[in-house]
Amino acid sequence: MEIKKNLKSGEFLVADTDAADVFIPEEFNEEQLMIAQSCRDFLAMEVSPQMAELEKGNRELMKSILKKSGELGLMGVSIPEEFGGFGQSFVTQMLVAEASGAGYSFSVAFMAHCGIGTLPILYYGNREQREKYVPKLASGELIGSYCLTEPGAGSDANAGKTSATLSEDGKYYILNGQKMWITNAGFADIQIVFAKIDNDRVLSAFIVESSYPGVVIGPDEQKMGIKGSSTCQIYYNDVKVPVENLLGKRGEGFRIALNILHMGRIKLGANVLGSAKKAIEDSVRYANERKQFGVLISSFGAIKHKLAEQVIRLFTCESAVYRVSRDIDDLTDTLLADCGDTGRASIEAIGHYAVEAAILKVAGSEMLDYVSDEAVQIYGGMGYSAETDVERSYRDSRINRIFEGTNEINRLLVSDTAMKRAMKGDFDLFGKAAGLYAGLDNLLETMAEGDDYYGEKSTYTGNFKKAILICIHGAVERYGRTLVHQQEVLNNIADMIIETYLSESLRLRVQKLESLKSDLTVYRDILDVNIYDAASRIRKSAHDAIYAFAEEGQAENLVRAADTLTAVRGVNVKSARRRIADKLIEDNAYKF
Amino acid sequence: MKILVCISNVPDTTTKIRFTEGNTSVDTSGIQWVINPWDELSLTRALELRDDPSSGVKSVTVIHSGPASAEPVIRKALAIGADDAVRIDSPSGDAYSVAAGIAEVVRKEQYDIILCGVESSDYNGSMVGGMIAEFLEIPSVSGISELKAEGGNVTITRETDGGKEIVSVPLPFTGIVQKGIAKEPRIAAMRGIMMARSKQIRVYEPGPEEALTGIEVFEKPPARGACKFIDPDNPEQLIDLLQNEAKVI
Repeated sequence: MEIKKNLKSGEFLVADTDAADVFIPEEFNEEQLMIAQSCRDFLAMEVSPQMAELEKGNRELMKSILKKSGELGLMGVSIPEEFGGFGQSFVTQMLVAEASGAGYSFSVAFMAHCGIGTLPILYYGNREQREKYVPKLASGELIGSYCLTEPGAGSDANAGKTSATLSEDGKYYILNGQKMWITNAGFADIQIVFAKIDNDRVLSAFIVESSYPGVVIGPDEQKMGIKGSSTCQIYYNDVKVPVENLLGKRGEGFRIALNILHMGRIKLGANVLGSAKKAIEDSVRYANERKQFGVLISSFGAIKHKLAEQVIRLFTCESAVYRVSRDIDDLTDTLLADCGDTGRASIEAIGHYAVEAAILKVAGSEMLDYVSDEAVQIYGGMGYSAETDVERSYRDSRINRIFEGTNEINRLLVSDTAMKRAMKGDFDLFGKAAGLYAGLDNLLETMAEGDDYYGEKSTYTGNFKKAILICIHGAVERYGRTLVHQQEVLNNIADMIIETYLSESLRLRVQKLESLKSDLTVYRDILDVNIYDAASRIRKSAHDAIYAFAEEGQAENLVRAADTLTAVRGVNVKSARRRIADKLIEDNAYKF
Repeated sequence: MKILVCISNVPDTTTKIRFTEGNTSVDTSGIQWVINPWDELSLTRALELRDDPSSGVKSVTVIHSGPASAEPVIRKALAIGADDAVRIDSPSGDAYSVAAGIAEVVRKEQYDIILCGVESSDYNGSMVGGMIAEFLEIPSVSGISELKAEGGNVTITRETDGGKEIVSVPLPFTGIVQKGIAKEPRIAAMRGIMMARSKQIRVYEPGPEEALTGIEVFEKPPARGACKFIDPDNPEQLIDLLQNEAKVI
């Protein structure tokens, strides 16, 4: 497979990447590490001591802590210096998203403000709008929120009924409607509201100040988790929004909403890393204190399995998160040279990597669910007690599979967007898929493993890609334009794509680590176990897809191909997991 | 007034210490280095004084004795708010050589207050502050829990056994600081982190004195044995164990 630099979104399905070209977390510079440490210090000093009170729903306290984070400059990381921020790279923004992830509901409030509550104005606002609002949002003087969801418009965002009618004097849009599940609603000063102007079929976006007459904030929702974050309904009763507060062009709202969601998804992928690291550290510290049958439970193989698996899944996701982050930085630089507008260049670059954004959203949220679930299990009965952080982690984690687009929507986006980008001509997916499909017999004969450790792993991930292409070709051939209605098959393909992107990112990271660390035993263990497990998960997804789309008599040959393409060398996963767990147990902290 | 804050870089508190080279050297691989907590509190108080116009404190400089690999910790101090920094380009020495090096810098740059943490959280020597004062033949005040400055005059509160004493001291002096001097360390703000890039770190040659002491060998405390439970009705067994096994009576 061809090795290319600066791959387009989804292009990894048909091209390889050189390990030297990916960014890995071990390459953070001193300044980036210092920024992340400031975030962690802030959580330790300002958030954690107040967590119990925040969980009771003390909104004033949450707002005051948010403002303190603004005073420290943490809200300005993504904002260019000309608008009062610090103009940091996307990699650094993601690192801040990660570091804040250990802050439970504070993290949700902080991320909502810094991301969907602030960046639409930076990305799509005109000069006046940016100058008026962005510096105050960057400093925490104003708190932002994002109002897209309505009672009848969740995943189908364009079905929103909130209306905006131009006033007779042409000075205002009169806003009427209702929004729900609005994070920070209880204390936000600024709202990004999506509504349809007159009888438009598409959405437009508006900057609405919460103080405008007619804006009514409902009571806080009682939620399963993230109880410290404010989530309310908002009602708009003949709200007069100045015409100059139209964000972007009329009818551009859906595009704005989608691109902002891409950004939200990708940052969620980073945010869950911080939450998961906290849950893993809680897990190992408890396992290193809790004795049963006279010994620490961290000495039991069953517990080591859990601890190791937590590490493997986190480390793998982390590899993918920072790989994409650098890709976005590179593309932003290229776009910036063309358009000269940092905000527009950033959002275009983020929007471009829609396939990877959806991958990170699904993989990250499900990784955190796994990690926090096993954290509760390691705690045993104590994990069921509301006194422990792992109990909160378990409840707080669940929302990540729902907001920023459900994982169901995002799985569909993974396969659908990859295919659409290929159809648009970004890369040759279908030609290569047809070639593989036509040469299945040759494929079976020419299978070869790589000639070294990483060569072998690269062959495996290359084969996973071939399995994906075969399934895509088969599904498209069978269903044609109606494939969109075969969500189960699209989900099978999405799962294969997600697994493959993660495994490849992990392989690239470990390979690059060769030049940075002297002892790579546990990192190779992580890679070995991941590839071994991913192969069987991909095989299962391929089987499910093939048996769904294959015609009578065709399935057997395709399944054989899928089996061959997902065949990997056996690994003593028990020993590998024990070595990984032993490092975690010895360090009594996550230090991978 | 000019304040000089001495900072050590120490392994962060969660570090599992390992030794190499026949237990004569600390294995530094994988260690995350941080500012010694007592030094960080000294720095915090120094910055509070500098930020208060009535204190008379005009600048805060940090100083560290060690190799260039310690510069991230120095830049962290600059990011927190120190005005500038000095690094004495010395391989790690003992308290004597470090204090001699710092004293040499003070002679050249003239500071009014030299602050040291009561100890570093790695070697816990508690010696550098007193030695600096001795080299410079200036007063040294230990156990400082409160430091006030107004119009160039300094008032110090010292923790004593079971009480406090409030003392005044002429400038210059060396202050040895313990917890309580500042509520909690400052967090490096984004602006500070950005500004740290452009702040100066002046590098000096190693000080005039060689180390007087060296590490022969490190030893970890013996692993704790299993707890033995003695039947309360059997005090003879307890006495026997204390006499013959623990050999403490």
